[in-house]
Amino acid sequence: ADVIATARWTNQRRAALSQRKEAYAYMPAVSKGDGMRGLAVFISDIRNCKSKEAEIKRINKELANIRSKFKGDKALDGYSKKKYVCKLLFIFLLGHDIDFGHMEAVNLLSSNKYTEKQIGYLFISVLVNSNSELIRLINNAIKNDLSSRNPTFMCLALHCIANVGSREMAEAFASEIPRILVAGDTMDSVKQSAALCLLRLYKTSPDLVLMGEWTSRVVHLLNDQHMGVVTAAISLITCLSQKNPDEFKTCVSLAVSRLSRIVSSASTDLQDYTYYFVPAPWLSCKLLRLLQCYPPPEDGAVKGRLVECLETILNKAQEPPKSKKVQHSNAKNAILFEAISLIIHYDSEPNLLVRACNQLGQFLQHRETNLRYLALESMCTLASSEFSHEAVKTHIETVINALKTERDVSVRQRAADLLYAMCDRSNAKQIVAEMLSYLETADYSIREEMVLKVAILAEKYAVDYSWYVDTILNLIRIAGDYVSEEVWYRVIQIVINRDDVQGYAAKTVFEALQAPACHENMVKVGGYILGEFGNLIAGDPRSSPLVQFNLLHSKFHLCSVPTRALLLSAYIKFINLFPETKATIQEVLRCDSQIRNSDVELQQRAVEYLKLSSIASTDVLATVLEEMPPFPERESSILAKLKKKKGPGAVSVPELDDKREGGELNGGGDRGPDTASTPSPSADLLGIRSAAPIGATPTSTGSLLVDVFSEAGPAAPSAAVNDDGFLRFVCKNNGVLFENQLLQIGIKSEYRQNLGRMYLFYGNKTSVQFASFTTTVSCPGELQSHILSTKPVEPLVEGGAQIQQVLNIECLTDFSEAPLLNIKFRYGGALQNLSLKLPVTINKFFQPTEMTSHDFFQRWKQLSQPQQEAQKIFKANHGMDTEVLKAKLLGLGTALLDDVDPNPENYVCAGVIQTKGQQVGCLLRLEPNGQAQMYRLTLRCSKDSVSMRLCELLAQQF
Amino acid sequence: MIKAILIFNNHGKPRLSKFYEHYSEDTEQQIIRETFHLVSKRDENVCNFLEGGMLIGGSDYRLIYRHYATLYFVFCVDSSESELGILDLIQVFVETLDKCFENVCELDLIFHVDKVHNILAEMVMGGMVLETNMNEIITQVDSQNKMEKSEVLTG
Repeated sequence: ADVIATARWTNQRRAALSQRKEAYAYMPAVSKGDGMRGLAVFISDIRNCKSKEAEIKRINKELANIRSKFKGDKALDGYSKKKYVCKLLFIFLLGHDIDFGHMEAVNLLSSNKYTEKQIGYLFISVLVNSNSELIRLINNAIKNDLSSRNPTFMCLALHCIANVGSREMAEAFASEIPRILVAGDTMDSVKQSAALCLLRLYKTSPDLVLMGEWTSRVVHLLNDQHMGVVTAAISLITCLSQKNPDEFKTCVSLAVSRLSRIVSSASTDLQDYTYYFVPAPWLSCKLLRLLQCYPPPEDGAVKGRLVECLETILNKAQEPPKSKKVQHSNAKNAILFEAISLIIHYDSEPNLLVRACNQLGQFLQHRETNLRYLALESMCTLASSEFSHEAVKTHIETVINALKTERDVSVRQRAADLLYAMCDRSNAKQIVAEMLSYLETADYSIREEMVLKVAILAEKYAVDYSWYVDTILNLIRIAGDYVSEEVWYRVIQIVINRDDVQGYAAKTVFEALQAPACHENMVKVGGYILGEFGNLIAGDPRSSPLVQFNLLHSKFHLCSVPTRALLLSAYIKFINLFPETKATIQEVLRCDSQIRNSDVELQQRAVEYLKLSSIASTDVLATVLEEMPPFPERESSILAKLKKKKGPGAVSVPELDDKREGGELNGGGDRGPDTASTPSPSADLLGIRSAAPIGATPTSTGSLLVDVFSEAGPAAPSAAVNDDGFLRFVCKNNGVLFENQLLQIGIKSEYRQNLGRMYLFYGNKTSVQFASFTTTVSCPGELQSHILSTKPVEPLVEGGAQIQQVLNIECLTDFSEAPLLNIKFRYGGALQNLSLKLPVTINKFFQPTEMTSHDFFQRWKQLSQPQQEAQKIFKANHGMDTEVLKAKLLGLGTALLDDVDPNPENYVCAGVIQTKGQQVGCLLRLEPNGQAQMYRLTLRCSKDSVSMRLCELLAQQF
Repeated sequence: MIKAILIFNNHGKPRLSKFYEHYSEDTEQQIIRETFHLVSKRDENVCNFLEGGMLIGGSDYRLIYRHYATLYFVFCVDSSESELGILDLIQVFVETLDKCFENVCELDLIFHVDKVHNILAEMVMGGMVLETNMNEIITQVDSQNKMEKSEVLTG
């Protein structure tokens, strides 16, 4: 009773086999047992057919023969019927339609002979589906066999029900089967069949299978003496438990005790159910699966027994094998993997989780490919448990190695999945780099998914956005064909929303476009980004406006229509950004291949853009072609796409250390009040499919058109302190602080503990030089000595150019007055003077503090002195959208604490303000009242002045 | 649940197809071809599991297979089955066939389609596992053979 070693199937077997084949060819009658000579002859004929045509001819001849036999007057004996049905089955297996014989098969069911009955049932189970005419006849035969008390006949009938499993059968037998299943005098083999038959009916028609009175007796089948009965019943119980966990929960303790008896028994106790020295491996696996339908047992004794089982299984894995046969280790490991799944499912026993992780770690390097595959897969789920995430991460090198060296693509795919699951901030750069390099050689079948995963990780863990931009551009370079629209839309959304990365993005796409052959997706991204932000790199003569334009236009003719349309829009944006390119671009728009293009969309764009550029004044152009406003935030469309591809639940990105990200990524939702248009990002970034000029929404075009024909007067310089911009930066660090017709001032700032650095970007929006450009920063309040260094800026700012200035800031003590920035310059002879509040506020020096609900309220109580608390009740100035509020609170710099406030509507934050001299702990609670459109804001800080100041600042944010 | 059990030879000729969910005959043939295509291009000694083809339900289903000389034994299963458990099951199936046919080979499967179906029916029913104990399976098959023989003699 040992093996069929594969060897017996190979080599020497092959010789024997071919001999036998010869024998069959010449002596078809020599088949074992029943000796159906006609069948053997027919099969041999088919096998000897030299061509497909000959085979079909032979089959048609046989079908005609059988048909005439069935139709003939002479009654066929059972032997002939069996022979013909066997022939039909053979023909069916070869892929030919069988449209007769069903009636004959049904007639066989009512035969008293086992042989005939059996072949009838076989024909029906292979060939009959829910043909209602026949089903009634079949049901009659089944009914007779079920009541025959002949176990063999009963089993045949039960098999037939389970195989066909139609609604009519459920209606006829759903009430009968449970009775057979639990009756005391039913034979074991019939019980087994009844259990699976019932399961099948439950799956097709759950409404017809009423378990009520049978529940307890069915659960107790887990205790049945016959292991075969338990084996069949456990599938039924598992399915029922999944659907009705409460009614079946008594199965947990029974399953644990059954498992415990198997695991602790010596292998010989279970006689025939021992498989290669492993006691009842199949049943053990199924018991462990059943337990995965439930949470850990509440009863201490049951739980203890189960933990003991799991430990025993883990221990056995370390024992020397009892056999060298692969079947032995296979069976042993089947149980081990199910045990590990259960441990992961419970996710409550740190000790077992770590042991499981270590065991899987061993398997990662096992010589059996199957085990490496399963270990990679199980580790994926382990990676999302907080107890084992770190332990999984220690295997990163092995997993990367698997990605590089596994011969089998399914294993490499699992390795890629695991890298994705174990990714967090600490290893994101390494993992993304490895995935990118794998993409260069990855199988085509998995490239698209890999691209989506890289794009998601790059976005999720981007600490600096230049890395993000690099990654996505690399992605387009390596696997451009697999980069879906969602991916390149997303990089543009992020670049638009993040001022700090725009210059870098422009520089990088410019460089990428230098490649002689670059992917069309790169041209799309390049066209869009240079059209918006080409000005940020225009100061460098190597990427002067004309160079940028020529580079883009050199790709134009190789691109598809939608890309060309996008490029045309980029060109009109160039005319606005760089007046000096106007003549060249107008020339391009004017040429026949554009203005008379056979594609209506391209032609319309060329005509409209040409006209717009010739009649609109600079100011009007600047308004119409204004920089795209930030995109409203939403779930990454890429993540949505991956979910769609893999099904929900398959794409859990680890959520362990990225509480802040939602807000950071999106650069805050609030923008200047003057930009009203927010195009839908996923629909159409550039308005490719709509003819409206970029940046202008239909509602605003009316007033804009009037402006096209009026000359806008020169801007009146403002000297009064302008603090509109200031308040917009309380919850964000980057963006445009100020803008008029002449000058744009952008800021980008970063803070760490009590230190900060702010970059100021002064952009000359005109084509005329600014002279005597000076800036001074003064600190009216306590911040006086905090601005450490400001290098003076160059006194000349060329038309269209941008200059940069860096401020280093140190927070010595808490403060409430913001520093002032004064700018003076000459524009065409007139002196311009401008004062702005720099957005340096006390909250910039927050360190977020995570804490539990208990800790929070304990500290809240400790800060109970009246002056430590500041409170304001105010009317909502903006929409009360949850995501926007969260983004703002995260932008504030505190940690946004979930599950702390008993009212889930409320927001609770905690953080510590770092000054040089001290740390100030702060707790915040924001209670929105949607009905009244009001908020109540409460702050409690260890320092009174900080409570006051934060309350003032924040009350104007919501 | 087991969705389908397929046996085909190295050239893709089906030797057994058993579907536990209803498909049109045409689709069944396409599934067999697709599965053969997926499995046969794999090297020896790679892992025995792969994601199912599009027709059978894609990545929600898994193909678990073993290759014995001229024949591939492929089980298509959903996520509720243990991969290694199914490998054991394939082995039990093959060992049982070997016992029943005394050194089974491809020709036995061709000439005795009905017997192969009957043996399989003792192990798997409606896509769920009925019995894993080889002796139990063989006892059932033997008793059926005896009945057949007695009927042939008497009938």
